[in-house]
Amino acid sequence: MLKAKIFVELKPSVLDPQGKAVTNTLQGMGFSKVTDTRISKYIEIRFDSDDAELCALETENICKSLLANPNTETYHYELEEL
Amino acid sequence: MRVSVITFPGSNCDRDAQHVFSSRGHSARLVWHKDRDLENPDLVILPGGFSYGDYLRCGALARYSPIVKEVVSFAEKGGMVLGICNGFQILTETGLLPGALMMNKHLQFICRHQYVRVENSDSPFTNGLETGTILDIPIAHKEGNYFIDSEGLKRLKDKGQILFRYCDHTGALADNPNGAIDDIAGIVNEKRNVLGMMPHPERAATDSVISQDGKEIISAIERFFAANA
Repeated sequence: MLKAKIFVELKPSVLDPQGKAVTNTLQGMGFSKVTDTRISKYIEIRFDSDDAELCALETENICKSLLANPNTETYHYELEEL
Repeated sequence: MRVSVITFPGSNCDRDAQHVFSSRGHSARLVWHKDRDLENPDLVILPGGFSYGDYLRCGALARYSPIVKEVVSFAEKGGMVLGICNGFQILTETGLLPGALMMNKHLQFICRHQYVRVENSDSPFTNGLETGTILDIPIAHKEGNYFIDSEGLKRLKDKGQILFRYCDHTGALADNPNGAIDDIAGIVNEKRNVLGMMPHPERAATDSVISQDGKEIISAIERFFAANA
């Protein structure tokens, strides 16, 4: 069994209003060194397969077709054995 | 005119859209998202709402509903498609329209009347409306902040694809409710048969509501079909 650990992040050029709100709150809480926060998605997918090459290909297709929007997001992932 | 309104799990403006078109004498039917037959429409409406609970990204899961394949092929053959609010989000996810709808800049869900300005009358959806016409059309969304990269924005402008911009009551571009780039409220594709817009014309098209300005857009669609019948 393999597990894909997938991160979907907003492109640096895209504003992240949630991240901005969190930065403001953190600064208000006294974390004065905080300058920026970016909020991303973390997704785990389990495969019924031990074929790393196949699972990487599937993960790639899954990210491209559904999990990430190429207009606004980038993705990266790693595979882990279970 | 034959209108097919698609109902996704979580759509909540499908019946409003159906009602508005039927009350004007058109044959408007609801088509379930798992169906594969659009039932030979002149116009397809992807309605507002929260398809699939807005999970993952607004419109991202609806984009893979069986009927959407039919909507895409209908649009590619020149069929008229109107995506309102969540429907606009679904259209960008399918790639029929460029760009994406991001979370509102101020993070709040907004539900209110909004003025929009007609930017281009060269489309089936705005024919007969003068450029600069100000319409009062309600908005209700949390992810309506239209985003497109600078190259894409230039293309939209060059090809006159921006049909509606948010404005104030005088028509000045001084009341952007969600942070949308270039005050964009609605765009068409290059072939001009697919419109996506965040404001809800179907919520401003019956005599019992405050604004009837949505009728302007619906009348434009009717004019288009009358002229091309």
